[in-house]
Amino acid sequence: MLSKLSPLFLAFCLILLTNQVRAELTIEVISGVDQQTRIAVVPFNWDGSGIAPSAFDQIIANDLRLSGLFDVIPPQNMLSFPSPGDEINFRDWRVLGADYLLVGGATISGGQMLADIELYDVPSGRQIMGRRVTAGRDDGRDVSHRISDLAYEQITGIPGIARSRILYVADALSDEGDRRYRLMLADQDGAREQLLVESEAPIMSPAWSPNGEEIAYVSFETTRSAIFMQNLATGERRQLTNFEDINGAPAFSPDGTKLAMVLSKDGNPELYMLDLITNEFTRLTDHFAIDTEPNWTADGEALIFTSNRGGRPQIYELDLQTGRIARLTYVGDYNTRPRLSADGRFLVMIHRNNGSDHIAVQDLTDDTLIIVTKTNLDESPTISPNGALVMYATKLDGKSILAAVSLDAGVKYNLPASSSEGVREPAWSPF
Amino acid sequence: MKAKLHILIIGMLAVFLAACQSTSTMDDEGGMADDASAPAVAEPVVVETVPTTPTLRDDQTYIGGTSMANGGAMVAEDDVVLYFGFDQSTLTPQSRAALTRIAAALRTSTGNVRLEGHADERGSREYNIALGERRANAVSDFLVLQGVSASRLETISYGEERPAVNGTGDRVWSQNRRVEIK
Repeated sequence: MLSKLSPLFLAFCLILLTNQVRAELTIEVISGVDQQTRIAVVPFNWDGSGIAPSAFDQIIANDLRLSGLFDVIPPQNMLSFPSPGDEINFRDWRVLGADYLLVGGATISGGQMLADIELYDVPSGRQIMGRRVTAGRDDGRDVSHRISDLAYEQITGIPGIARSRILYVADALSDEGDRRYRLMLADQDGAREQLLVESEAPIMSPAWSPNGEEIAYVSFETTRSAIFMQNLATGERRQLTNFEDINGAPAFSPDGTKLAMVLSKDGNPELYMLDLITNEFTRLTDHFAIDTEPNWTADGEALIFTSNRGGRPQIYELDLQTGRIARLTYVGDYNTRPRLSADGRFLVMIHRNNGSDHIAVQDLTDDTLIIVTKTNLDESPTISPNGALVMYATKLDGKSILAAVSLDAGVKYNLPASSSEGVREPAWSPF
Repeated sequence: MKAKLHILIIGMLAVFLAACQSTSTMDDEGGMADDASAPAVAEPVVVETVPTTPTLRDDQTYIGGTSMANGGAMVAEDDVVLYFGFDQSTLTPQSRAALTRIAAALRTSTGNVRLEGHADERGSREYNIALGERRANAVSDFLVLQGVSASRLETISYGEERPAVNGTGDRVWSQNRRVEIK
């Protein structure tokens, strides 16, 4: 049986009825792929005492919708509500056009939350996965995201990103009405937002270490820019640079031992590398033009960066072995803020076209460039750890929001902040 | 029959499920079961703005504290703001005229001057930091040529992080592309 094809997927403001703290970011899915896979996620059977602490199936359904690949069948259309271990009446699911069926149950045992799930291929009537997922007794959201990733990977063959997180910068106002800058952390779906740093001076350019335990960012709290590094678990924080003029654009090397950055202590912005073990700085570029926004290739042997050494800002690649610099972008006269996909194939950047700033993706195998956003003022692209999506900042009705798009522009969703202040500069975590 | 799934992301047209065997629901305790808990995150850090003396440039001696800490420099007018064209860091004739007057006042005064470069919101944030620095440097260079000691001039770029005017559009942007002399 072929999956049912839904031409365009449109859903607004999925509000999760959970006991979690209300997320500041809410999701609006704008479009998914043309031919989505239909999956039924049956409301979970709760074996613990009281009411279920988490809306497992709703969180899972939301994760799957956000991938843009799934059309999730709502519970009100379901004809039966099987639990793990139950006999499945596949006719109930075939009539709904379901390709897949996920059933689950959760309980608390020994102070832990346990969830059992079964994933069925509906057309063939076969079970294709059965798993138990555990977490702390209050971690229903983690359990749900884990199950989403298990199902996503089983069905698509691509690792899921439901458990990934995002760093971003949010504006806030103090009680006196002064502008405050906040560095925030949230789940990729905008839930469980946490404040990391708050300051009256600008905070910018958040970056993840490859193991996801440390972050680096720029803070102006010393009345000029400086790069800080912070451990997420301990909150331990240290200032890495204190040079005159620009200290910016930190980027961890893939092995986590080095931090590429921009320093203009020599008179204009140059790329530098800080060895995080020896604390030695190495200058990498020497040019009177602006060199900025370094980003590592996955093998750690090269940096891509923005430079206006050709007159206009374009993307270049610096081979760290040979020191050779090659220009990568030729379409248009403004290409900045490069990010490379983990496989090195796709270059994602800000691309100015007819005076509007969009996110563009260049396939480095044939240098074709496609513009994947239609909004203006799009900036700060960051690629999901599985390489499927790009998150970026844009403006909606004059307010800064985060949005995401797939590399081929087929999947799109917005994560506007529900508060009145803007959010920007997303940085997607590693796996 | 197999479900068909279009995954445009990786250019695959269909993923066929192996699905050759049914797996058991229950995994052994501690066996296949995986712990999903997200790592804990520390309490937030609320930072206060405290000026520090920056590390020296290799070729330059830093004299005095920041102009803010010194209560500001003796500039004839209050904070002076100079405006720039889109993507430009060249001084306009009006800016040159204003800077000539300011330079004259600075030559007969003491204290440090802080030159804050800014950009409009278009384009990349770190590139705009560089653009703001170019603007601040253009002002600094002009003042030095007019006889103001370079050691009294401190430049900083806020890029687009501290707009003078909130909003979007040419009028707003033209007011945000600026150097503030403090």
